[in-house]
Amino acid sequence: MHNRRLNLQLQGWLLLLPAVALLAIFTHVPAVSTIIDSLFSTPQGRRPAAFIEFDQYRTMLADPIFWRALNNNLLYALITVPIAIGLALVMALCVNGRIRGRAALRLAFFTPTILPMVAAANIWLFFYTPDYGLIDQVGRLFGSGAINWLGNTSTALPALMAVTVWKEAGFFMIFFLAALQQVSPDLYEAARMENASRWQIFSRITWPLVMPTTLFVAVNALINAFRIVDQVIAMTGGGPDNATTLLLFYIYQVAFSFWDTGYAAALSTVLLTVLGVVSLAQFFLLDRRIHYR
Amino acid sequence: MSKFIRIGCAAAALTAALLSSPAFAATEITFYYPIAVGGPITKIVDGYTAAFQKQHPDIVVKPVYTGSYQDSLVKAMTAAKAGNAPDVAVLLSTDMFTLIDNDLIETIDTIATSAADKAWLTSFYPAFLLNSRSGGHTWGVPFQRSTIVQYWNKDTFKVAGLDPDKSPATWDEMIAFGKKLTKRDAAGQVSQWGLEIPSSGFPYWLFQALATQNDVILANESGTKVDYNGARVVEAAQFFADLGQMYEVMPKGIIDWGTTPKDFFEGKTAIMWTTTGNLSNVRQNAKFAFGVAPMPSKLRGGSPTGGGNIYIFKNNDKAKEAAALEFARFLTTPDMAADWGIATGYVATRPDAWDTEAMKKYAASFPAALVARDQLRDAVAELSTHENQRVTKALNDALQAVLTGTKPAKAALDDAQAEANRILHPYQN
Repeated sequence: MHNRRLNLQLQGWLLLLPAVALLAIFTHVPAVSTIIDSLFSTPQGRRPAAFIEFDQYRTMLADPIFWRALNNNLLYALITVPIAIGLALVMALCVNGRIRGRAALRLAFFTPTILPMVAAANIWLFFYTPDYGLIDQVGRLFGSGAINWLGNTSTALPALMAVTVWKEAGFFMIFFLAALQQVSPDLYEAARMENASRWQIFSRITWPLVMPTTLFVAVNALINAFRIVDQVIAMTGGGPDNATTLLLFYIYQVAFSFWDTGYAAALSTVLLTVLGVVSLAQFFLLDRRIHYR
Repeated sequence: MSKFIRIGCAAAALTAALLSSPAFAATEITFYYPIAVGGPITKIVDGYTAAFQKQHPDIVVKPVYTGSYQDSLVKAMTAAKAGNAPDVAVLLSTDMFTLIDNDLIETIDTIATSAADKAWLTSFYPAFLLNSRSGGHTWGVPFQRSTIVQYWNKDTFKVAGLDPDKSPATWDEMIAFGKKLTKRDAAGQVSQWGLEIPSSGFPYWLFQALATQNDVILANESGTKVDYNGARVVEAAQFFADLGQMYEVMPKGIIDWGTTPKDFFEGKTAIMWTTTGNLSNVRQNAKFAFGVAPMPSKLRGGSPTGGGNIYIFKNNDKAKEAAALEFARFLTTPDMAADWGIATGYVATRPDAWDTEAMKKYAASFPAALVARDQLRDAVAELSTHENQRVTKALNDALQAVLTGTKPAKAALDDAQAEANRILHPYQN
């Protein structure tokens, strides 16, 4: 009897082993070693790394580009996440009903998601090209002049945000679509019998019932907002004057252009912490206010 | 049955392959190279290595295309840190100090010691060697090198009532010509700009041309000090911004490096500044008569050089270093330098390359190719320091701030100078 239980225990752990091993090797060990590396100076040539405590973090506090990147990233998250979620929900409601060409519409909304980010970035590069780019050509019909979207500090970041929203909304729509189809039709029928308005139906039935999905999508979107790097590299290289430098891009630059691996490790630690706090806060604070069936 | 036959066949094939391989042990070297201009570069490089191996049957060269200059440096450095460095690589001439500081490259003059080798190391244009030497040593061999030149659209000059064969020769003419060449409609919308000087990615390089013309050198030879905020540097930066903001002959804000040639082909700009490496590209795509001219002058003319050098990586296996040196020598003979220059538009790196038959014929049929070479007389070293990427980024950020109008020139460059001083401080003793 005792033996069999042990066997069962062993079996369970063996089944878990592949996943645990993969997670440990590719996620946990690198994360921990990054935190350790951030306490050492960057080795150079014949000079080995030295233990310098929190010097890298002190440098970071005085580094204006780090603050710029963090600020840009927060703006990016606060603006793109709600817009992408809102748009995704609207699109999902749109293609959930029985309308003609529903499949084609769903496909159209989903297309941006299947494009690789770099390909999408290149398409948008063309949209944003001053003068003969698509946006300026359309703008000209309405009498507006050439706008250098990616070449001005004030428009470059919003221009990148638009790409993210465009790319992510279609993906999140799929989750909302799945959630909407889980909502029991009985509820809608009951509401109709009560003569509820469309807004009432949405706010009293649909919105609360898709709330778990909204939370899931919001966590993902927020985390994604801090993981953006492809379109920055492809479209602006962080310029002009760091206007589009986001945290992960700055980490890449510090690590692989400046070869300051110690400082890059410290920056990565900050990013890790931000992401950890975001997910914890969302799971623990928001979870209580979410209605689960 | 069939399984046995298959195994038998595989074994036989394997034996045959082993027997047919050469009996002597060939020295194998890895060659990293980037691509920064248009054209079938991979094919050309493969052809070069094949020709080299024919001459040197005891050496096997493995060419590896490693992406842009930036990617190539990343790959070479990462590979080196993992103990798997390339034996020879083409990287930016300005990466020299980075490679020295990381103790990755060999001084060429310590392995190339014969009289012929010494002659070889002095056979290049002095302007190209400026970015190849430091501390009395030669660290890189000039290979795909360039300067900045002006390309101008002769048709637009004619329409604007300018002499189509005369490009702006001074800063004042840049403004005067630019004003005539900039076309506005009644609503003030611009359909054609006078001039485009790109400012995305690496604005420091094009700015360095303006600084050179204002007779100021941005960094010292040992790469430990920069002059980012001297009066003449500030004046040059102000002029760069004024072209767009005050004289309105150039688009405001950041002008993309990649789309500038396209703007030129589309007639959106009458003049553009870009690398001579774009020469073949312009020749193929410009549907109008175009000219190529050296940089205009203010106090003097001139442009920084640019492009890549061949570096030989440190290796405990001296046979590999010797083979790498042999390959570097092969790639830079007068004939090869001429061939490479004709195929790409890069400036052939040594004077005697221009005396080869192939080059003479090419230059006679396409005199624009000579402009970049002749400009070498006035050329200066491209900005290069220790911690190069970081120190140039300080200048790039400042220039972009000035060009987008977010900071005045003096304040932005003062910031850049302070940042550069901070970074370079450990190297200044």
